[in-house]
Amino acid sequence: MHSITVNNLTKKFGSFVSVDNISFNVKEGEIFGFLGANGAGKSTTIRMLCGILEPTSGDALVGGFSINSEPDKVKSSIGYMSQRFSLYNDLTVQENIDFFGGVYGLSGSNFRERKNWVLEIANLKGKENLLTGLLPGGIKQRLALGTAVIHNPKIVFLDEPTSGVDPISRRSFWDLINQLSEEGTTVFVTTHYLEEAEFCNNIILINAGKLVAEGTSEELKTNYINHKIIDIECDRTVEAMEILEKETFVLDTSIFGNNLHISVLDDVSAKKSVLALLEGKHSFRIRKIDTIVPTLEDVFIHLIEKG
Amino acid sequence: MNTILHFVKKEFLQFKRDPKMFIIILFAPIVQLVFLGYAANMDVENVKTAIIDRNRTTESRLLIEKLEQSGYFSIEYYINDYKEAEKLIEKGKVICVLSFPVDFDTKLSRGESAQLQAIFDGSDGNTASIAAGYMIKLVAEHSQKIVLTARDKSGKALLIPATISAETRNWYNPTLKTRNFMVPAIVGLLLMIVTLILTSLAIVKEKEIGTMEQLIVTPIKPHQLIIGKLIPFTILGMVSVVVVLTAMRVIFNIPVRGSILLLFVSSFFYVLSLLGFGLFISTISKTQQQAMMLSIFVVMLPMTFLSGFSFPIENMPYFIQMVSYLIPLKYFIVIIRGIILKGVGIGILWDEILILFLMGITILYFSSKNFQKKIN
Repeated sequence: MHSITVNNLTKKFGSFVSVDNISFNVKEGEIFGFLGANGAGKSTTIRMLCGILEPTSGDALVGGFSINSEPDKVKSSIGYMSQRFSLYNDLTVQENIDFFGGVYGLSGSNFRERKNWVLEIANLKGKENLLTGLLPGGIKQRLALGTAVIHNPKIVFLDEPTSGVDPISRRSFWDLINQLSEEGTTVFVTTHYLEEAEFCNNIILINAGKLVAEGTSEELKTNYINHKIIDIECDRTVEAMEILEKETFVLDTSIFGNNLHISVLDDVSAKKSVLALLEGKHSFRIRKIDTIVPTLEDVFIHLIEKG
Repeated sequence: MNTILHFVKKEFLQFKRDPKMFIIILFAPIVQLVFLGYAANMDVENVKTAIIDRNRTTESRLLIEKLEQSGYFSIEYYINDYKEAEKLIEKGKVICVLSFPVDFDTKLSRGESAQLQAIFDGSDGNTASIAAGYMIKLVAEHSQKIVLTARDKSGKALLIPATISAETRNWYNPTLKTRNFMVPAIVGLLLMIVTLILTSLAIVKEKEIGTMEQLIVTPIKPHQLIIGKLIPFTILGMVSVVVVLTAMRVIFNIPVRGSILLLFVSSFFYVLSLLGFGLFISTISKTQQQAMMLSIFVVMLPMTFLSGFSFPIENMPYFIQMVSYLIPLKYFIVIIRGIILKGVGIGILWDEILILFLMGITILYFSSKNFQKKIN
């Protein structure tokens, strides 16, 4: 069962094509990672799926409602949380929850129950009268997510929800996302942290408005990269990269932190050549050279650069 | 409807959290009313005067006394020549110099007409011409008195030319106080500050902090969003009208002569147009600073100058007069001065009120349309 079905969705702003004929499906209850560089068309896509931006052509069913013909129904069946903190800092926790609950038309015992749930997941029980602006970042983020799903939507869109949050809060935020997904909510999330994308059941990657890859993180790593990645730790990394780039057996180079990654077809012979070239000919000091399992970041960079 | 109520409640909670806002809304109007009420004073009184009296007789002293007693002139210096007069005017010590010729009394006693010279500092043209007017009036009165006394003394009917005297009465503002004229109009300015600026700031603030985006993805309809935002500021605007009218009565003793209800209805129509401008500014500004600058320079200042608040529209060139027809404050000032000072009602003011109403809903309608389009 699909909770989001996207068919040939396109959005043009004048002559600029922001989203170029993309199609994909999101299964009910899964955590769906939506990746892409800045300006790749992620936000435009999310805005269309939330029913606040009209597509130039194509359509999508979100929670069973067409974004073209039933945008209002789409809006009531989704939750949305953007990377910008979207609660009122000058209202208390309680007042924020009351306002958004009211806007979503909640009332009575159902509302009380949901309010309790939000307070619980944000660890704010008994602190309802605190001003929201005074809460620590991680708590704010959880409260924002809680209020975004206060009406218990089938689908929630999270647009870079963890940007600017410390690693521990990020981890516990992802626990919360998992909990939502286990309770049956479809979570559609964009992120810049590729290690977070590993937590997603399915991932799509878009570049310049076009869909360039889709699948689970394992599938992406095996299907889209048919070569091996060698991780090299040496001195004068940039210089080493410039030398290796010129070699025919090296398909691709990139810098990861202090290390150098190169893509090759045959890792065993490549390692020998690298050692001979860098240590032998140019007298680099190589501290480590290993074949590694490609990370999503490798895949991401590989696909974007190819595109 | 419920959604709108939630919105209104939220706005008031936010006002409560921002005590500065309350001060702006409740005290700023009073402070401004007092400042403007006392400062916006174009009355000309106690014109500082220097006298060059080359005559030094009873005749010249009688006229000087008359000037001093009128309250319009205060004699600060007695000097000897024009050099001194020039210095005093340059230093701004006096605005007027009156010079009596040596033969002032002899000419009068011979029944000839005597000449006086009055010099005014024309750099403030308004004050100078008003002061000159007073001078001419006082001198004319004095000269008539001299003629009549001369006739009585001689006991025979002198041949004097017939004169026409106009007895003037200033209705509604008998003492011609500028304050009475300005203070009611200040209500129009204050409403502009409370509704126009605060509305645009409140909306742009939501854009700035990102809550606007969150609101747009909720099932709130754009018109609910607009109404929910505008109701609280309309209420605040009306509250500030009450505050200002009360302060006007208590501090300046200017009562509302006409219908208070009509005053409120017209204020409401005027507020509609201001909310429309506020909404429009909020759609074209990205930051609160921009909204503030646009409110002040694109709406407030032109409105104030072209509305007849400070300068009479009749004196403006034809083209500018045409522009002034588009200014809601122009109509509101006519209405509010009419109701407060003249006590006139709908029978007289109906056309201004109707225009204000139509302008209000038109501006608000187009701004709302534009706002909705921008949201989508």
